[in-house]
Amino acid sequence: MSTTELPVNGSAPRRDMPGEIPPLSCEPLLRPGNTNCGGCGMSIGLTWLGRALEDLEQKAHLAIPACCGAVTAGAFPTTSYAMPTVATTFAAAPAVASGLASIRDLNGSEEQVICWAGDGGTYDIGFATLSAAAERNENILYICYDNEIYGNTGGQRSSATPPGARTTTTPHGKSESKKDVMSIMAAHGIPYAATLSVGHPEDFRQKLHTALTTSGMRFLLMHSPCPTGWKSEPAESVQLVRLAVRSGLFPLFEVFGGQRYRINAEPDWADPTEYFRRQRRFRPEEVDLGTTRRWARERFQRLKVLAEAFPA
Amino acid sequence: MPREIVTGNHAAGLALSMAGEANRFARGTAAGIYPITPQTEIVERVAAFPFSKGRVVPVESEHSAMGVTIGASLSGARAFTASSSNGLAYMVENIMVAGFYRLPVVMVAVNRTLGPPWNIWADQGDTLMLRDFPWIQLYAQDNQQVADLTLLAFRLAEDPRVLLPVLVCMDAFIVSHTQMETELPTQEQVDRYLPPLDLPHRMRSDDPKTLGGLVWPDATVSLRKEIHEAFDRVPMVFEECRQEFRDVFGRSPAGAVEAYHTKNAETVLVATATIATTALEVVRSRRAAGERVGLLILRMLRPFPIDQLLEACASASRIGVLDRDYAAGIGGVWAHEIRAALQGTRDDLLVQGYLTGIGGGDVTAERIDEVLVDLGQRELPGPPVWVGLEDPAPVPAAPPPKAPLVPPVPSGVEATP
Ligand SMILES: Cc1ncc(C[n+]2csc(CCOP(=O)(O)OP(=O)(O)O)c2C)c(N)n1
Ligand code: SF4
Ligand SMILES: [Mg+2]
Repeated sequence: MSTTELPVNGSAPRRDMPGEIPPLSCEPLLRPGNTNCGGCGMSIGLTWLGRALEDLEQKAHLAIPACCGAVTAGAFPTTSYAMPTVATTFAAAPAVASGLASIRDLNGSEEQVICWAGDGGTYDIGFATLSAAAERNENILYICYDNEIYGNTGGQRSSATPPGARTTTTPHGKSESKKDVMSIMAAHGIPYAATLSVGHPEDFRQKLHTALTTSGMRFLLMHSPCPTGWKSEPAESVQLVRLAVRSGLFPLFEVFGGQRYRINAEPDWADPTEYFRRQRRFRPEEVDLGTTRRWARERFQRLKVLAEAFPA
Repeated sequence: MPREIVTGNHAAGLALSMAGEANRFARGTAAGIYPITPQTEIVERVAAFPFSKGRVVPVESEHSAMGVTIGASLSGARAFTASSSNGLAYMVENIMVAGFYRLPVVMVAVNRTLGPPWNIWADQGDTLMLRDFPWIQLYAQDNQQVADLTLLAFRLAEDPRVLLPVLVCMDAFIVSHTQMETELPTQEQVDRYLPPLDLPHRMRSDDPKTLGGLVWPDATVSLRKEIHEAFDRVPMVFEECRQEFRDVFGRSPAGAVEAYHTKNAETVLVATATIATTALEVVRSRRAAGERVGLLILRMLRPFPIDQLLEACASASRIGVLDRDYAAGIGGVWAHEIRAALQGTRDDLLVQGYLTGIGGGDVTAERIDEVLVDLGQRELPGPPVWVGLEDPAPVPAAPPPKAPLVPPVPSGVEATP
């Protein structure tokens, strides 16, 4: 382990001071005893999802495709999910959710239908299904926890894997770039799309609230630290994704109706060296920091232009 | 009950829609739909039906069509879809899920040749590929049977003693696109026949169950065995569903099995779907000429009606099975099933498989006559017979022998180990 301090609290404007967190009055969405690895981003994301549902006094049905999130439940007859949950096939979550949401709406019930899916189920195998559900503007909330890898099958590449990352199927580092799934989802013109970071709790909460109070298709992309796949320290998960936001690698923004943009955190362009160094999936000599930083700045610039020209 | 001249697809689309409509006082109905020739007219009719409490979701693939159907069913709706051939192949993963989740969904399948090369004509290879999934499979002979068996399928699937999905199959074009006078139900009758669905394991907000999490082998065994036991109850429940059908619609729907002239038959032909209709003509005229020939029509593949098969073959010494399908390296699936069913009980029976009308070829009375001539001459069963194949494909020549890598050891010299 390196002794260098991770730059935790940079100068990025903070929308993330949680203040007093009141105790949950209901059972947590993710019960103790789940099978998540220590430091898994899903554990935080699911906990906050449960809390947002409680804040808004909403109920939900979950549709989870094959991914770590399906395993989280643990083995029959116990389950870690405190909400009605169905495991779907890898590519089918948005289709199954469309069926559930259709019958919910026909019966005037109120529960949210939420897909909780990995990047493999979202960017890759389930992409046609997701795109079609977005095109039909199904009344569902789709949350992709993006750990940039196929975690469940032991760490293979996905189209969300960033360039340079070593996975078991890119043993010399991935040579392709990360698919820009946010732009593609926004291009469907869906009511709401936003990125989430478990390093920014208040921003996370606000965007969950927006998503849970919007109807139609909503897409949330959550940067989800995965110590097992990233070969990082579980205790550093949150600092790593914070650094990704600060250095512009993972911008926090919202897109309304595919047209209006809002940027939620201004990067302070912190040096991302430690981000790469603390994850042994990267080899420092294989990551072209100059290109990476230029790419991050250009992409952010593009978002900024959009947010200024078409503000939310 | 109105009599109308309709295609098989029309009958199926109407029966599916009316069954869905009948659930309007419960959780309603939904269908995920996707077109494929020759099934398209079915989903078009479903899409145009004025449901009081229903939603038809036009998705981007068959995989999703079944996905939506699964979701709707999990939410307690009466859910259904239709497909054919490569569409079924694309849907396979979710077809399996509907069975394992014990969802009473109904799917109408128009039997079409699997491709490539592309061929849209009749062949049962597509649905027979699904034979090991937990789905009840029914095969209709004509448009009336399509309408009746589709309605019956919902009643059967939703029976709490069964809770299994049902596949209702018909031959491409010969039934799907051919018009026939058909007695169509009224909505009031369908409402009486199909009571509101109350799926015991539907997802409910007050019951936070997880469906389909991890299971250990012991739980998996129990779940499989429950499916097996549900299948065991199907023949009895199927007969009850037929009786209730008679009470509501005033006529008898087709049975799982029908035997013609098998009482003292020496030779029995076994056929399904439209081939059975032609075979019946042949058997009738042979009987009139004094031959002891019978016909067994099979309309249920799963569960396989072993008892009725044994009964129909009681006096027979040889049976010929007409398969409009081909399982690679094996031959006909129905012949294979029948051999397995008879083994140990009727090892004396000569069972010969005939591949007829593969890829949608016409199976005429003359072809069936050829089968009977072949069957009558046989002393022993042989490999599957390709009926009507005039010019067998030339056998490709074996490749020339390759020069040995290691020179052969000259005789008289001991090889070192
Ligand atoms: C049709 C199909 N293909 C492959 C698999 C195997 N499989 C299960 S989960 C998974 C990867 C999941 O990756 P992702 O969606 O990123 O979720 P994560 O495991 O990272 O949480 C794969 C390949 C499967 N279950 N179904
Ligand atoms: S492998 Fe990664 S995503 Fe999966 S449970 Fe572990 S930390 Fe979470
Ligand atoms: Mg992943």
